[in-house]
Amino acid sequence: MATPARQLAAQQELQRQIQELEQVGGSAAAHEEAQRLRVQLEALEQSSGAPSSEAGQDAWQRVLLARHPQRPYTLDYISLLFTDFIELHGDRRFGDDPALVCGLASFEGRRVALVGHQKGRDTKQKLHRNFGMPNPEGYRKALRVMQLAAKFGMPIVTLVDTPGAYPGIGAEERGQAEAIAYNLKEIPKLRVPIVVVVHGEGGSGGALAIAIGDKVLMLENAVYSVISPESCSSILWRDWDHKQEAARALGLTAERLHALGLVDEVVPEPHEGAHANHAEMASILRPILARSLIELEALPADELLRRRQERLRKLATFVMES
Amino acid sequence: MTWFRKENRPLEAPKEKRVQTEGLWTKCEACKQALWKKDVEANLHCCPKCGYHFRVSARARLEMLFDGGRYIEHDARLASSDPLDFKDTKRYRERLKKAEITTGLKDALITGEGMIEGRPALVGAMEFQFIGGSMGAVVGEKITRAIDRAIAGKLPLIIVSCSGGARMMEGAISLMQMAKISAGLARLDEARLPYISVLTDPTTGGVTASYAMLGDLNIAEPGALIGFAGPRVIEQTIKQKLPEGFQRAEFLLAHGMLDAIVPRKELKSYLARALRFLQPG
Ligand SMILES: [Zn+2]
Repeated sequence: MATPARQLAAQQELQRQIQELEQVGGSAAAHEEAQRLRVQLEALEQSSGAPSSEAGQDAWQRVLLARHPQRPYTLDYISLLFTDFIELHGDRRFGDDPALVCGLASFEGRRVALVGHQKGRDTKQKLHRNFGMPNPEGYRKALRVMQLAAKFGMPIVTLVDTPGAYPGIGAEERGQAEAIAYNLKEIPKLRVPIVVVVHGEGGSGGALAIAIGDKVLMLENAVYSVISPESCSSILWRDWDHKQEAARALGLTAERLHALGLVDEVVPEPHEGAHANHAEMASILRPILARSLIELEALPADELLRRRQERLRKLATFVMES
Repeated sequence: MTWFRKENRPLEAPKEKRVQTEGLWTKCEACKQALWKKDVEANLHCCPKCGYHFRVSARARLEMLFDGGRYIEHDARLASSDPLDFKDTKRYRERLKKAEITTGLKDALITGEGMIEGRPALVGAMEFQFIGGSMGAVVGEKITRAIDRAIAGKLPLIIVSCSGGARMMEGAISLMQMAKISAGLARLDEARLPYISVLTDPTTGGVTASYAMLGDLNIAEPGALIGFAGPRVIEQTIKQKLPEGFQRAEFLLAHGMLDAIVPRKELKSYLARALRFLQPG
C-alpha cells in the first residue's frame, strides 16, 4: 500500500507535468501524453490509499501500473543491473533516436549488448525521448548494435517499454514499417543469445521490433498488446469509454500471455509494484536474467538458432481444421 | 445512385427491372463515371475510363495471376480458434461467421499453387472483405505453411497484401504473427528463394510492418494506400493536415520503399519476368 504522503507527491507531480505538457502546446504527442497522465491521476485519486496491487486484479489496473510515472525505465534498469555502460548512438543512416537507447555493458562477469526503449521522467525528458516512441532510425540503430553484438559474440538483452512506434509524417517518409519489418527478419539470424525483458508497456509492432529473442521475460505488471485499450475501444466500441473492457478482452497481462505461451516467464514485482521500489525490482530480475543467459550460453550457436527458428515457427499457432 | 436513375430510368419503368439494371452498374470513385460492372470486370477491375484500380477479391486476384485462372488451393479449411474468446459489441465468433458467409472463406487469405507463364509459383492473396483483411493466427499460419512449401519445393512465393493490419480480436496472438512470418522469410533468404511482395490498396499496420515490406521486390499497384500508421491516426497525433498524396504508392516509391509501381494489367507479366531473373532455369 502506498503511503498517503508518497501518493500525494505522485499526484502533485502528475498535475505539474500535465500543466507543463499543456504549455508545450504545438506537439500533439505532448497533448496525448497529457491525456494519459490525466487518466493516471484520476486512477490515483480514486485509489486513495487502496491497495494498488493484488493477485488477479483487473487488466486495466495493470495498464495503469505499466504506465506508472514512477516505474523504473530502461536507463534505471541499466544503472541498477549493469556496470560499465557505454552508450552507442546513431543508425549511420539518418540520425540518433533518443527514444531507443543502445550500448554495451557488463553483467555478472560477461559483456552484453543492451537495446531498450526509453521514456522521459520530467516534461523536458519526455519530449526529448518522444514519450518512448521510436522513429525508424531508432529501430535501425537497435539492429546495428545487435549485429555488432553478434559479430563480437556478446549476448543481447533488450528492454521493452513503449506506447508504440511513433506515428508521424517523418516516420512514414523514412519507412517506419520497413524498419520494424527488417528487424523482425534479421534478428532471428543473429548467432548470439537474446533475452527480452518486457518491463513496462509492450506497445504493438513498436515493441515487437526489439522483442524477438530466445527467451521472453515479462514483469508481473507489464502489459503487451497489439493495440492500446484506448484505441481498441475507439475502433470496436466507437467511443473512448470502453478502455477497461478492451484491456480485459485483449488479454494483455503477463499471466494471460504466459498461459498462451507467448511469454516464457513472468517476473514477480515487489508487493506494491515495481514503481514502489526500483532496487528491489532489480534484485528480483537480476538472478532470472542471469539464469536465462547462462542457459542460452550453454548452447552451440547452431543449436541456439535451430531452437529459435523452431520456437518462432510454432509461435501463436491458434488454428483449427474446420 | 440518383445520378444514374435521372439519366437512364425510362419513364414509368417497372420497379423490379430498375433495381436489376442498377445492380449491373457501378460508379468510378476517381472519375465519377458510370460504368458497366461487366466492363470493369473484363478490365481486371480497373476503370476503363481513367484506369482507377478497384479493390479485388482474393479469388479474382489468384485467377488473374495464375495461368488459365487455375490453381490448387492450400489449407482452405484452416480457421481461427478464437483463443481469447474475444467479445466487444459482438462476439468475435459471430464476426467470423458473418465474414465467412460474405466471402465464402474461413479467413482473410487464400494461398495456392499454380503456374505463372508456365512456371510454378506459390501465391497468397488477402481478402479485404474478411474483417478488413486483418491478420490473425490463420493468416500467419497459412503464410508460414506457404513458406515451408516454397522451401520444400524450391518454389518462389508471391503475397498480394490488402489489409488494415493485425486483427485486434486475437490480441497479442496477431502481433506474434508478424514475428512468425518474418522469421519464416528469413528462412527463405537462407534457401535463396524469391519472395515478391505486392502491395495493394490498402496495406497498413502490422502487415506493412512485416511481410509486405520484406519482399526481395516490393511492388505496388498505382494509388494504393501503404503505411505503418493509418492516416487518421497520424492526423490525430500531429494535429496537422497530411500532405497531398501522403502514403500513396507514388509517395512510397519516391521515398525509396518500393522497387516499382506496376499497373494491374501488367502485373502478371511483370511478376513472370522478375521471377525469370531471380530464379533462372
Ligand atoms: Zn474512373
